[in-house]
Order: sequence, then structure tokens, then C-alpha cells
Amino acid sequence: MLLRSQYPDASPICGGTDLMVDVNFGRARPPTLLDLTSVEDIDSWELIDDGRTVRIGAGMSYTRIIDEVSGPCPALAQAARTIGSPQIRNRGTVAGNLATASPAGDSHPALLACWAQVEVESVRGPRLIDIDDFFVGPKRSALEPDELIRAVRVPAATGPQQFAKVGPRNAMVIATVSFALNLDAAAGRVGTGIGSAGPTPLRARAAEQMLEDVLADRQTSATQEAGGWQTSATQKAGGWRRGTADRQWGEAPSVGRPRRQDPPAVGDRVAREFGALVAEAASPIDDVRGSAQYRRHALSVLARRCLNWALADLEADA
Amino acid sequence: MKVNVTVNGVAHSVDHVWALESLLDFLRERVGLRGTKNACEQGECGSCSVYVDGVLVCSCLVAAVQVEGRSVVTVEGLASDGGVHPVQQAFLDAGAVQCGFCTPGMVVAAHCLLAGHPDPDDLTVREELSGNLCRCTGYQKILDAVSLAAERSGAAP
Repeated sequence: MLLRSQYPDASPICGGTDLMVDVNFGRARPPTLLDLTSVEDIDSWELIDDGRTVRIGAGMSYTRIIDEVSGPCPALAQAARTIGSPQIRNRGTVAGNLATASPAGDSHPALLACWAQVEVESVRGPRLIDIDDFFVGPKRSALEPDELIRAVRVPAATGPQQFAKVGPRNAMVIATVSFALNLDAAAGRVGTGIGSAGPTPLRARAAEQMLEDVLADRQTSATQEAGGWQTSATQKAGGWRRGTADRQWGEAPSVGRPRRQDPPAVGDRVAREFGALVAEAASPIDDVRGSAQYRRHALSVLARRCLNWALADLEADA
Repeated sequence: MKVNVTVNGVAHSVDHVWALESLLDFLRERVGLRGTKNACEQGECGSCSVYVDGVLVCSCLVAAVQVEGRSVVTVEGLASDGGVHPVQQAFLDAGAVQCGFCTPGMVVAAHCLLAGHPDPDDLTVREELSGNLCRCTGYQKILDAVSLAAERSGAAP
């Protein structure tokens, strides 16, 4: 932190998967680099808040996120799985993704859906930024010039989470659109995150609210029948150890086939309405990766699929 | 800036390294190892793949100063005896080389793949090599080479 304050012009570098591209193409010429790979204790993770939150160090690579925290952070791990190639996942970090703050950053929808917090630090001291306040514009974040990201705090999953992304090929793709869904069974809350369809990553609040209401109604009417929202103690007790994520793991979208057969639509009308509300929450533009119209459409499809997958998981776990 | 690094088991101490110099340029121009290729310079193509402390990376995206005190292995360092590594032999035998430009990166990535998955299925191979592009589109022979290398290593006692 002292170094950061002494060299305000230095570019922090960790995985280098964003910065070095700009350097190689002459778009960035920082006078100095601040190498974060030599900082100790930032390349690991720990459980905090009595195991309810995963604290992921700023230097932890996507590969290690996939290998080590896919249980408590399934959506983030699924998103990490779609990033770049093995070489890129070995170097790239969530903190770097956040610092770049691209609307297309693959980890952002999952972090939004999970109500993550960004732990930042400077010589002035540490502070926590809610993910909802972090993205302030295209490639602009709430990070002050003298601040560095130390860790990302992601609440551990208490129910199913899903992430889906559309792009022209399976590997090495910047998302045309992406979507993450988090069914927080313990709190009866729904979290969403939209990528690549607005000036910043977005949350679909109306869709979250609608789904929360529907799931709450289901729970009341389902009485002791399985399949409800927050069905039983096992739902909570099983927690993330159930391995929901592991089950989908070998079938991640980046290997070029549907993750699974579409499950029997659980309330097809609800899923469609959810998809429509998610698409409405977006404010996409036309660009080289896709038209605004296509993005809205793809987003409604991704949201519907994620919901159906998540509901199938919820029923399977019940 | 001075960089001290072990490359293929040999310690190097190089002065006057530019702060923004990539590991790729460092290996090619300072250490003189030209096997690692420069193509896209943005991590898309994998032709500059090397190991840093045993982890497969695109050397174009690593700043040379970041490997201070670390160990780098390039395609030249895969075979311990200066000969041909079994993965390289498999590429030769399967005819998995066309123009050859992607080959060094492809060999290093295949080496890493087989180290982690001695008997990989087709999907695993495709996923693990997804960061390596072959502009000749000679992918089928490359997949054959990986299978051949896996088969041979399994056959060995």
C-alpha cells in the first residue's frame, strides 16, 4: 500500500491478461508496474463469517477458483470456467476482472447475483464496497486511484446457482451476453446479474422480485410436499457441500454441448416472464459482438434456461 | 531492471530489462530461446505457451519482471536429455505439424494436458488445447498426436 501511494502512476499487474495486451499493442505505457504476484497472502481463499462467506484473495487465479471454491461459489466457478483458455485462467483473477470493470467481465454477473463485496485497501485504510456500488460506468469502478483490491467476499451458496454465456465460440470468447442466477434458499432471496448488455454489469431487480414472490407462494402452498422454496432443513443443512456445482461440472457450456437436457419446464409461464423481465432490465447496444435486439433476445433465453436448471436443482435437492 | 530467473534449469541473470517487456520477448531476445513463438501478443493463440513455476501461461501476457526468482520451462526444456520428448515424438509420428508455427506452443500445452490427464477423453483434450490456435487447421492430427502420446505413456511400464 505504501508502494501504491509512492508510485501513483504505476499500473498494478497480477495475471497481466488485460494490461499486457494493452502494453503489447501500444495502448498503455505505464511508467512502472506494481507486481502483485509477489505480494504474499493474496493468492488463497478462506471461509469467514462462520463459514457463510468465501473470501477470495485478489491474486487467486480462475483455475484455482474452479478447482477450490466451486462448492460454495458455483456461479462464480461456472463463469470462471467459461473464461479464455487454460493459459488465461491460470493467470487471470477476479480482482483483475473487477479492476478492469468491463461490462463484459465474466465474473461480474455471478458477483452481482451473489451480493458480493469488494475488499479494497489504501494507505488511508481498508473499505468494503458492495458490488452494486462498484461498477459506475463502462470500464469505470468505484476504486479510487490509490486503492488496490485485496479480496472479494462472496456469500456461500445456500441454494442452486447458474451462469450462462453466449459467444461465437466456446473458448476465448468475450461474452455477447451473459447471465447469472442465485437462488438463496436460506434467505428466500433471488439474485441476478447481467453481463455485456449495458454500460455496466446490471441486476434485474424486477425479475428478482417476481421470482421471489413466486417461490414464496410455492412454499406456502407446497406445505410439506417436496419441491418448494427452502423445502426443508436438509436444504440448509446440506449447504454447499451437496456438490450441486460438481454435478454440472463436467458438463460446463464451454465444451460445446448443452449442459444437460432441458428439464421439464417448471412453470413455463413463470420462466418466460422471468426471461422477459431480465431482458427488460438490460440496456444493450449494437456493436461488433451483437445487436441490441439479439442481446435482449439471447438474454431472455439464457435467463429462462438458468431458471429452469436452477429449479431442477432445487427439486433434485429437495 | 535486473531479472534473475531459471530457464530450463539454467540460472540467468539479465540486466537492463524494460519494465514492460514481456516474458516472451525476454525469452526470445535476451535468453536466445526462439522456440517460443510470437503471434497474437494478446493471449488468444497460445503459440507462446510456457510454464512458469509449473503453471501453463501465455508468455506474451507475463511481464518479464514478474518471473524474478521463478522457474520457466520452454519447449526447448521439455526433453531432459536434449533429445525429443515423447510428446514431441508423437507430434512427429502423427504428422501433427504443418507449417509448424503453432507447434511449440501446442506441444507445451499438450505436455501440460497429459501431465494433468494421462488418459484424457476427447472433450478434455479439446478443452485443454482450446487456447492454442493452428492456422493451418491441422487439429485432427494434433488430437491424434495427443492420443498417441497418451497411449504410449500408458503402455510404458
